Amino acid sequence: MPLDSHIPSGPMAMKWSKHKQDSKLINPKNKRKYTVLVVGSGLAGASAAATLSELGYKVKCFCFQDSARRAHSIAAQGGINAAKNYQNDGDSVHRLFYDTVKGGDFRAREANVHRLAEVSVNIIDQCVAQGVPFAREYGGMLANRSFGGAQVSRTFYARGQTGQQLLLGAYSALNKEIAAGGVQMYPRTEMLDIVTVDGHAKGIITRNLVTGKIEAHAGDAVLLCTGGYGNVFYLSTNAMGCNVTATWRAHKKGAFFANPCYTQIHPTCIPVSGDYQSKLTLMSESLRNDGRVWVPKKKEDCGKAPSQIPEADRDYYLERKYPSFGNLAPRDISSRAAKEACDDGRGVGPGGRGVYLDFAEAIGQFSQKTIAERYGNLFDMYERITGESAYKQPMRIYPAVHYTMGGLWVDYNLMSNLPGLHVLGEANFSDHGANRLGASALMQGLADGYFVIPTTIAPYLVTQKPGSITTEHPEFKKALEDCTAQTKHFLNNKGKRSVDSFHRELGLLVWDKCGMARDHAGLSEALKRIPELREEFKQNVFVPGSGDACNPELEKAGRVADFMEFAELLCLDARHREESCGGHFRSEHQYPDGEAKRDDENFCYAAAWEYTGDFSKPTLNKEPLTFEEVHLAVRSYK
Amino acid sequence: MSQLNLHLKVWRQNAGQPGHFQDIEAPDIPDHASFLEMMDIVNERLISKGQEPVAFDHDCREGICGMCSMQINGVPHGPEKATTTCQLHMRKFRTGDTIWIEPFRAKAFPVVKDLVVDRYAFDRIQQAGGFVTVRTGAPQDANALPIGKEVADAAMDAAACIGCGACVAACKNASAMLFVSAKAGQLNLLPQGKPEKDRRTLGMVRQMDKEGFGNCTNQYECEAACPKEISVRWITKLNRDYAMAALREGTGNTRKEAGGGD
Repeated sequence: MPLDSHIPSGPMAMKWSKHKQDSKLINPKNKRKYTVLVVGSGLAGASAAATLSELGYKVKCFCFQDSARRAHSIAAQGGINAAKNYQNDGDSVHRLFYDTVKGGDFRAREANVHRLAEVSVNIIDQCVAQGVPFAREYGGMLANRSFGGAQVSRTFYARGQTGQQLLLGAYSALNKEIAAGGVQMYPRTEMLDIVTVDGHAKGIITRNLVTGKIEAHAGDAVLLCTGGYGNVFYLSTNAMGCNVTATWRAHKKGAFFANPCYTQIHPTCIPVSGDYQSKLTLMSESLRNDGRVWVPKKKEDCGKAPSQIPEADRDYYLERKYPSFGNLAPRDISSRAAKEACDDGRGVGPGGRGVYLDFAEAIGQFSQKTIAERYGNLFDMYERITGESAYKQPMRIYPAVHYTMGGLWVDYNLMSNLPGLHVLGEANFSDHGANRLGASALMQGLADGYFVIPTTIAPYLVTQKPGSITTEHPEFKKALEDCTAQTKHFLNNKGKRSVDSFHRELGLLVWDKCGMARDHAGLSEALKRIPELREEFKQNVFVPGSGDACNPELEKAGRVADFMEFAELLCLDARHREESCGGHFRSEHQYPDGEAKRDDENFCYAAAWEYTGDFSKPTLNKEPLTFEEVHLAVRSYK
Repeated sequence: MSQLNLHLKVWRQNAGQPGHFQDIEAPDIPDHASFLEMMDIVNERLISKGQEPVAFDHDCREGICGMCSMQINGVPHGPEKATTTCQLHMRKFRTGDTIWIEPFRAKAFPVVKDLVVDRYAFDRIQQAGGFVTVRTGAPQDANALPIGKEVADAAMDAAACIGCGACVAACKNASAMLFVSAKAGQLNLLPQGKPEKDRRTLGMVRQMDKEGFGNCTNQYECEAACPKEISVRWITKLNRDYAMAALREGTGNTRKEAGGGD
């Protein structure tokens, strides 16, 4: 099926302005007749729901948490990029656009990225007006800091809680609209399926997580703002509830899933300490400014206390391999280097999956007090979790799954190939290519919700007669029956194993074969094992409790069932992409020095997978990527 | 790493029915596990015996989403200062310990199941004025409104609240004053929040009362229990803001109802 991304014509810098000019409008009186269903209340969902309601649309917003404020956007620490050039250091919309396309290893769609850079400046204005307490200088102006992949200082921040503060800003706008009656909020409500009528997305099926009631909601358009799929790996920096269900169910109803193999592994997380581990905690990348990464040179030293290993027996491998970037090498490269050291048997800590991040030299050079001023809260968090003081001994860190660049395919209007189904934020595939730069996730979520969708949803809605489809339609009845049947299957299944035990097993498998480094043989093994595990899950999962009450095990069962199916597409995509780019590293495709080897001749496209009814045989649709402004080049960090 | 043998007394309850403590033995708990991971292990064992696991709220497990709760040995989020339940680790306990685990208890937080409570009252309080009425797309340039670093920092101190409800659970009156004062205080302090200051203050405080939260009698248990160390001086500020707003309302200088985006 040909993919039309509907990119406006004209010069790159004029496309968005032109598109806004050309887009159809709906008069205020008619807007009230349209209902928009927004699934998810993170940065993208909350900002979209609030803004669409301000415009006059009737909005229903759904989240599985007990409050819209708890969506996982809240956990983002570092900051949000914007091309304000408040520092007078030469930043511009073009430069942010350029950095993002290059940072994504030339696998993003240029026109979308340019628009993202353009609206980045409006986001900061909007958030300040809402009362978001960004860091400021003594003169009262906004402060900035630098982040990876950029040579300018364009990152706005609110202590180490930028995501929290931006989300609370969007949540306050959402509250304003709930109070005004424009948004109906459904907390503790999980989307189970999407309903299509004649190929258009016209509603969703939800389960009330308190009463267990399965319900249908009809709308004129559906927005999925449901985040990424990092929890397919079980252990990740995502919240426990993050899941792929909404996007996967949409995929099974016809929406194309693009580039699932683009996953981001963050190099500095607290390592796994045992098989009871439920999640991984990120330690800010900023620590690498003062910390030195090393492992013992000799395997037999791994069990020793770090203080017992003399300087000459330590391998500062990042400094050795990347002398010009050293400990500040980019995320994907640092992560892979840590894995190589551990694979070589030189990892430290439980299970040998850890490397040292050592502050001894910095403490000696400055003082413990200075280091505490810079990173005190992170050192405290580290001590809380590990019981060790990083002032006295090196931190142990290891890479962990953090973000997923892939997602549902969308056109320039953020609409998937299913008319009416729009996808925002991490849930779509569009802006970060094969690798996301730091401080860009928050930017994209809010850009999509506050500024893009309010303009781009109208062209679809004007083609629809508002309220023409109701939950009386047979498609709703059928979807309700399917969801009820699945719930019944879980509850009646006389299995022996818990949902978590399956999720752990799937996660380990996917992490092992489709994690930081992938190869054809390993992926093929995973592709053989996943369907077996899925079948075992179906036969042998045990879900206690009932369907008509709060039942966390039942919630998890539905999510894991979808991860079991999705994992196969993830590995298929990774196996098909015979190149290395960004977060996707294929061991077969590297330069002699270990750098990722992209293949622009054969793989300069977005892979948009189409569900065929057979998980092992999806159809590949390609959106060729063309680069008019930023010329294809090899990334090097030597 | 060592293992702990623990005796748990866990509150079990279905919505609308009386609850009770259940004795659960929890042997061989790794001391590196977090409190919630200990609960995961306990649940896994219950499931393997065909029993229903203990329901509890949790999500980010890194101390920021505010979803986890639990009264542990009578203290919201347990004994560790400035720490949410998800970041509390088992090495803070000793083998042989008996641990009492209860839901956050307050009239305004009805029990949904076991340790899960309904905190939507907090959302309704924020809907009653916890925002700045500004439309998307309307604002001026962010730097057109200078805000002194001290003011911005103080606003950030208040904004650090994660809305978990520990303050309510810690208070013998189940007062929500620390939560409400932090949210109202952040916006009342900033110039962006000034135009609606009275409406916001009256709206949020009245909604708080309507939800059934108790009065503040200045014992400051809330501050001690707050995982984000929100200061009780925000309560002082809220009392002042409320008095002024009520006075102006009495003299007909302010609108009676807050809320709404009209």
